[in-house]
Amino acid sequence: MSQALFTYTLRLADDILILSQRLGEWCGHGPVLEEDIALTNRALDHLGEARNLLTYAGQVEGKGRSEDDLAYLRMERQYTNAKLVEQPNGDYAHTMVRSFLFDAYHLPLMQALTKSNDAQLAAIAGKSVKEATYHLRASSEWIIRFGDGTEESHQRAQAALDNLWTYTGELFESDAVLEEMTKAGIAPDIATIKEAWSKTVDQVLSEATLKRPADAFMMTGGRKGLHSEHMGFILAEMQHVTRAYPGVEW
Amino acid sequence: MTEVKNLEELFQAKIDAEQKIEPKDWMPDAYRKNLVRQISQHAHSEVVGMLPEGNWISRAPSLKRKAILLAKVQDEAGHGLYLYSAVETMGTSREQTIDDLLSGKAKYSSIFNYPTLTWADIGAVGWLVDGAAIMNQVMLCRTSYGPYARAMVRICKEESFHQRQGYEIMAVLAKGSPEQKEMAQDALNRWWWPSLMMFGPTDANSPHSAQSMKWKIKRQSNDELRQTFIDRTVQQAEVIGLSIPDPDLKWNEETKQYDWGAIDWTEFNNVVAGNGPCNKERLAARNKAHDEGAWVRDAAVAYAAKKAKRKAA
Amino acid sequence: MSENPNNWPLWEIFIQSKRGLDHKHVGSLHAADADMAIENARDVYTRRQEGNSIWVVKSEQIHASRPEDAESFYDPADDKVYRHPTFYTMPEGAKYI
Ligand SMILES: [Fe+2]
Ligand SMILES: [Fe+2]
Repeated sequence: MSQALFTYTLRLADDILILSQRLGEWCGHGPVLEEDIALTNRALDHLGEARNLLTYAGQVEGKGRSEDDLAYLRMERQYTNAKLVEQPNGDYAHTMVRSFLFDAYHLPLMQALTKSNDAQLAAIAGKSVKEATYHLRASSEWIIRFGDGTEESHQRAQAALDNLWTYTGELFESDAVLEEMTKAGIAPDIATIKEAWSKTVDQVLSEATLKRPADAFMMTGGRKGLHSEHMGFILAEMQHVTRAYPGVEW
Repeated sequence: MTEVKNLEELFQAKIDAEQKIEPKDWMPDAYRKNLVRQISQHAHSEVVGMLPEGNWISRAPSLKRKAILLAKVQDEAGHGLYLYSAVETMGTSREQTIDDLLSGKAKYSSIFNYPTLTWADIGAVGWLVDGAAIMNQVMLCRTSYGPYARAMVRICKEESFHQRQGYEIMAVLAKGSPEQKEMAQDALNRWWWPSLMMFGPTDANSPHSAQSMKWKIKRQSNDELRQTFIDRTVQQAEVIGLSIPDPDLKWNEETKQYDWGAIDWTEFNNVVAGNGPCNKERLAARNKAHDEGAWVRDAAVAYAAKKAKRKAA
Repeated sequence: MSENPNNWPLWEIFIQSKRGLDHKHVGSLHAADADMAIENARDVYTRRQEGNSIWVVKSEQIHASRPEDAESFYDPADDKVYRHPTFYTMPEGAKYI
């Protein structure tokens, strides 16, 4: 049970830690100052939630690992985020579509987790719901602006969608860990999250005049630590200082 | 002609009476020009200043430091934004102002043309560069142009944690492992003199200074601010056991301040002239962000127009 | 000034920091439309819990009084001190008034 809870909490944490790391790359390079600031808020929200979850995962595990131990001293194979969030930023449409696809999953997930039997996860989710609500609202608006904006923005958004769609299946995969968590009333039934996600996606894409790609082949592997090649570079960059000076304080 | 003279006298009287000048007030052309130049340089510095620190967001050695750095660099974007807005109150659009930066015509603080090489540089930048900037900015909270002064008040409020987080990084490194301490000392060595240069040329060589003081745009001279900064910072370095890289630094009992060595103004002039270690990279990064953002900005405008039209229909 | 029509217009931002207080001008920003202006204002001007409610107004729609009019606008109020509560002398011992 505590092993499954540890794994589950870590998955939740890894998704937003890696997404935050990606979004942080935009800081100072956004398309306009207002957007630079907005995107950094998003990165900060994700990072804050990731820190809470990592700290909690460390407590559940009971081996004295801190948020930083878990973030900086695990390798690619031990990271369990979905592949969607490790995809490179690409252009702004790519970044926003990636966030939108994630936000549309993250909000109903957090809403459901507020009713989790695990009090700590419920508390963390309670704080995240407010942020996630705003994230989804903002990313949806950008998808609509892009889709219904100019010819170029429409094309870019559609290309991003077509490109990233194959990574969405993984968000709703189930396995023994998730089943155990759902049975214990800790995690919600993932099918209900998928339903909510699908509804949001349809709604927003239709307003954006974008086409929902067909559910063809879906990528998998992230939850088992089988990532894309990008993952190694993300971690190399993120961890190199910490690893070069083991055991010190910063 | 006499009328302009009268207006100028009235204007100066207002300034002498410590009244703020507001956007719609009459002001001498030179005052406006001087301010537009100063505020836009200041705005550019905030925005370009995001780059050397932003570099380290992905590599911050703990999640806490990563969060702090993100919030800090984000604040600088806000500062740029407030200041571009202050320029707009003088009738120059943000686009025009930014175009001057992107074309290389406008200047920004040379300090941001130095590279951040190690994590300790993030400490040194916060401590010294933000520290020096704050000296200037606190003074500018009382500057004579209302919108500039109000932007500065907001900025100073936000700045209050910037210097402290940098100093804290340095303090932790200085009492850490020998490698960490060496990293901190090395960063201080590299950033010390460029930080002193941030206050600008000596008063004797500062062409705009006298007029700026008369108009109360500035209220303390470059040399005064620089001296205060040195006196404060030397003490802070002592507390954390780092040494200032100036062999001539010595307390002067008589003046109750530090005497210190000579600034290498050739280096300063070189960096200003575009030959700093990172001038090209900084400008290229700003241009890239601007160019690649064009379709995003256009899309938002196109969509807003469509939406407005539908609403009207 | 020849403005590129593709530039986002400028908006003035007013923030109410607490329920019951006035909305106060805090600065300006650029946005393509009002919704975006409100969201940008949230991200730019309320990062430190400064806000409870946001108003945005297109800058071009703000009309300002002219400084030259200041005398005729505001000086007449100078001698109407009776509009201020401190003008009145209350009998000693009277409370809560
Ligand atoms: Fe700043
Ligand atoms: Fe700062």
